[in-house]
Amino acid sequence: MLVENIFHMRTKFWHGLLSVFVTVLLIADAQLTSTALRNQQIALPPAPTSTILVAAAASLQKALQEITPLYTRANPSQTINYNFAASGVLARQIERGAPVDVFIAAADKQMNDLQKQGLLASDKIDLLTNQLVLIVPWQSTNLTSFRQLLQPEIKRISIGEPRTVPAGQYATEVLKSLGLLELVKSKLVLSNNVKSVLTTVETGDVEAGIVYITDAKSSDKVKVVVIADRKLHSPIRYPIAVLKSSKSIAARQYVEFLQGQSAKAVFKKYGFGIAKP
Amino acid sequence: MLIPDLSPLWISLKVSLLATVIAFGVGTSVAYKMYHYRGKARSIVEGFLIAPLILPPTVVGFVLLVLLGKNGVLGQILAQWNLRLVFTWYAAVLAAIVVSFPLMYRAALGAFEQIDSLLLDAARCEGASELTVFWYIALPLAMPGILAGTLLTFARALGEFGATLMLAGNIPGQTQTMPMAIYFAVEAGAIEEGWFWTTIVVGISLVGIMAANSWKV
Repeated sequence: MLVENIFHMRTKFWHGLLSVFVTVLLIADAQLTSTALRNQQIALPPAPTSTILVAAAASLQKALQEITPLYTRANPSQTINYNFAASGVLARQIERGAPVDVFIAAADKQMNDLQKQGLLASDKIDLLTNQLVLIVPWQSTNLTSFRQLLQPEIKRISIGEPRTVPAGQYATEVLKSLGLLELVKSKLVLSNNVKSVLTTVETGDVEAGIVYITDAKSSDKVKVVVIADRKLHSPIRYPIAVLKSSKSIAARQYVEFLQGQSAKAVFKKYGFGIAKP
Repeated sequence: MLIPDLSPLWISLKVSLLATVIAFGVGTSVAYKMYHYRGKARSIVEGFLIAPLILPPTVVGFVLLVLLGKNGVLGQILAQWNLRLVFTWYAAVLAAIVVSFPLMYRAALGAFEQIDSLLLDAARCEGASELTVFWYIALPLAMPGILAGTLLTFARALGEFGATLMLAGNIPGQTQTMPMAIYFAVEAGAIEEGWFWTTIVVGISLVGIMAANSWKV
């Protein structure tokens, strides 16, 4: 009763709103149906096209988007779609049956999880390496080391959520190795992917952040304070594999292409290291 | 199973209770103003007041972030007093107020409109001031509707996720609310932890509904 009588008011207004919604739905539906019909007619003689879905770590976004046209120029019948997110998020999606053909993670852990469950069609190959850096907003002053994160002026530090975001996992390893983790814990903002860590530092809403060197290079609104010593965290490797659920032959072709010279040149340009086989 | 750190529960309750109290005060008084206001700008003003209910929370979060962020108009004003809102629990309160305000406002306005306005005029004829009319006639008569709205407001504040994540960030022990804890637990594959928080949220909601039913007049 109570809740009901609130909405008794202005019944006319709601009726009006409802009829607008219904009209919009009808128009949208008619549009979709006609497009679908048209597409069906065109698609009758099936063209030998194939689409592959690549689930890739968020840090790869810019590099892969530059590589895609190189690949599709060589293979015009193929379309590559991407799902960029934190590796942990992608691994969960794949476990739950997302129709992914190729997975590129930013850490071994997520790939190993899938391997243990028998979801990989091929052995994983280490594709790339990366480095971790401490960044601050461009106009920002005087940070020179991780230790200075203890300064009271540093109120917020953005890192990836360590359970799902590999960059966050590496970042906590670094802070832990330096004995800083417990001391700065209350300053840590845990983002859901490494790109949003970069954004919060770019806007200046946090005083510092920990991202990959490739992310830092892609932005002119942040500056690198220091590169984390490789000894402070487990090696940053990007494994790639074709998934068992993939029905596409093109998937293997795409994985091979990413290991070729033209793809490597792009990865290097963005600051990635090429993993030794 | 291992019981996770309970801070998201306390943060959620703290944030949504405070947001509800503020939305109750502001929503009721704005609704009473709008109940009397018959000016030309009425539909525009009403549109702005209702907008957060219709807009996706991410839009609300984005707009608030742009306004209140370090380089935002309001953010720079706050910075002059050495204050910051983004990535603090106050930001979570603000996000919850903004998204739940329209529910409070609509409910209160509806409740005021249902009052027989002759009763208010009768009081005025007897010489009651506008404040007296509000406190002793309008508010008590509208109270059942306002309370229902308060409950909806609290529920909306408790469930707020999108705008909160954008504005207050995910800081365990400070801004991590229960919806945020559920989201990050599920993304991390920590299903048990997800279930734990889901059970608590469902429990609070059921208690709320039962309380509302027992108030029924």
